[in-house]
Amino acid sequence: MKCQKCEKPATFHITELTDPAGPLELHLCEDCAKTYLTQGAVEEPGPAMIGGALGKQVQVGQTAEELARLDQKVCPVCGISYYEFRQAGRLGCPHDYICFEPELEPLIVSIHGQSKHSGKVPRRGAARTDRQTDLIRLRREMKEAVEREEYEKASQLRDQIRNIETEY
Amino acid sequence: MKLEELAGQCGEWLRGTGPESDIVISSRFRLARNLAQFPFIRRCGEQDRSAIERTICDRVGAVEEWSKLAYVDVARLPPVDRQFLVERQLISRELSEGEGPRGVAIDPQEKFSVMINEEDHLRIQVMHSGLDLQNAWDQINRIDDMIDERVTYAFHERLGYLTACPTNVGTGLRVSVMLHLPALVMTQQIERVFRSLQKINLAVRGLYGEGSQPRGDFYQISNQITLGRSESQLIEQVGKVVPMLIEYERRAREFLVRDNQKDLHDKVSRAYGILCTAQTISSAETMDLLSSVRMGVNLGLIEDIEIPTINRLFIHTQPAHLQKLRGGELDTADRNIERAQYLQRHLRKGNRGGAQQKN
Ligand SMILES: [Zn+2]
Ligand SMILES: [Zn+2]
Repeated sequence: MKCQKCEKPATFHITELTDPAGPLELHLCEDCAKTYLTQGAVEEPGPAMIGGALGKQVQVGQTAEELARLDQKVCPVCGISYYEFRQAGRLGCPHDYICFEPELEPLIVSIHGQSKHSGKVPRRGAARTDRQTDLIRLRREMKEAVEREEYEKASQLRDQIRNIETEY
Repeated sequence: MKLEELAGQCGEWLRGTGPESDIVISSRFRLARNLAQFPFIRRCGEQDRSAIERTICDRVGAVEEWSKLAYVDVARLPPVDRQFLVERQLISRELSEGEGPRGVAIDPQEKFSVMINEEDHLRIQVMHSGLDLQNAWDQINRIDDMIDERVTYAFHERLGYLTACPTNVGTGLRVSVMLHLPALVMTQQIERVFRSLQKINLAVRGLYGEGSQPRGDFYQISNQITLGRSESQLIEQVGKVVPMLIEYERRAREFLVRDNQKDLHDKVSRAYGILCTAQTISSAETMDLLSSVRMGVNLGLIEDIEIPTINRLFIHTQPAHLQKLRGGELDTADRNIERAQYLQRHLRKGNRGGAQQKN
């Protein structure tokens, strides 16, 4: 059996006891097992779970066609695609929870067994953060404008960004 | 702050005090938080990462409590120093091996640290020696409030605190208790105990695992789920099983003392003997042997060594610590020799070269 993370033979077989995602089996070579186990040593059952939950999501539901369409979906704020999230197991910005909501919902339920927060709330409460989200989008657009050498557009965007930034 | 100064100390979580500290090593809390006006780390360039670091340091830096902390620029730290902070659990491996601007603010007493630009913009963690869940929560909650007053966290009405990985969304809270369970391992009950824990949504991890077998018989119990349960429910969930585990471990120790006294005493004495006399020894073997000695001391089979001394040896014999204490880089073979000498110096001290044991 090959290591799940590289091409070497798998010599370590680790079972992560994750629930409700269920036990997750990992087959790794010595090097990858070392990295994996020492990474988890500090804390974090997380990284293993997201892999398991994402894997299940693919198994259970979508046809290849649906999945391909889904993968192309892109967050308008940070520019991450669902494909990139699926590969990395990490989201690109807070807005992803909104724009990928239909896809993330079953994933979140399979990880946590629930979908509604209970507990601490920031001092400002659940106030909307549209202005902050705008900042993320504008900074990205500015960077892209610079890359395309559209300097006039970039400088307009920079002014917009500064205006919002001074509000905070 | 000089890391060399830290090297000589033990660090809060191995201090070896606090309730139930013969079995419970430490209580740790971690909160994942993100600033609303920046992308998550994965979509951050150098500029964003610098801006996050600056925003946090500028806004929170003015607070008196924060100004007492030592801020370490992890991006500029040599690898051995990063490894040193990992061994002390002040930073995670992810932060150590990450890229771009990142750092950590460290409490001089090492009871808490705040990592910047780890998987999330902020990872606040609190470590208390022994079983001390309520105080640890009160402390991390206060630090979180202090930061929250000065920044805008990414928060969603229904999903709670938003995190880079959906496994942390909601409270962003991980409650962990690290236990030393050598008797449950010796009596081969550990697997069964852990299987029962998984049924109630708790995760179990070994410490310093270098293979499939966790080293030193240290296990960390933590909540798996972060969404849909309040902080106090999560604390209660972890807190409820700890007394059970302590009880199991104590029963296993009693059994070993009662029915296996000779074998137990033999194992402990041999471990002690090797640690006192070896000429070269690996980190993994050291941890296993120290674990037996630690249990031996707790059961009164070895006198003249105190638990804090053994705890200190656990951390000081780690690769980066050895090198910091020695004041220079050492390769694996040299480290094994240095480790053996270090153990001899510290174990023989006070009992004149011989292990005085109670019969
Ligand atoms: Zn591998
Ligand atoms: Zn996004």
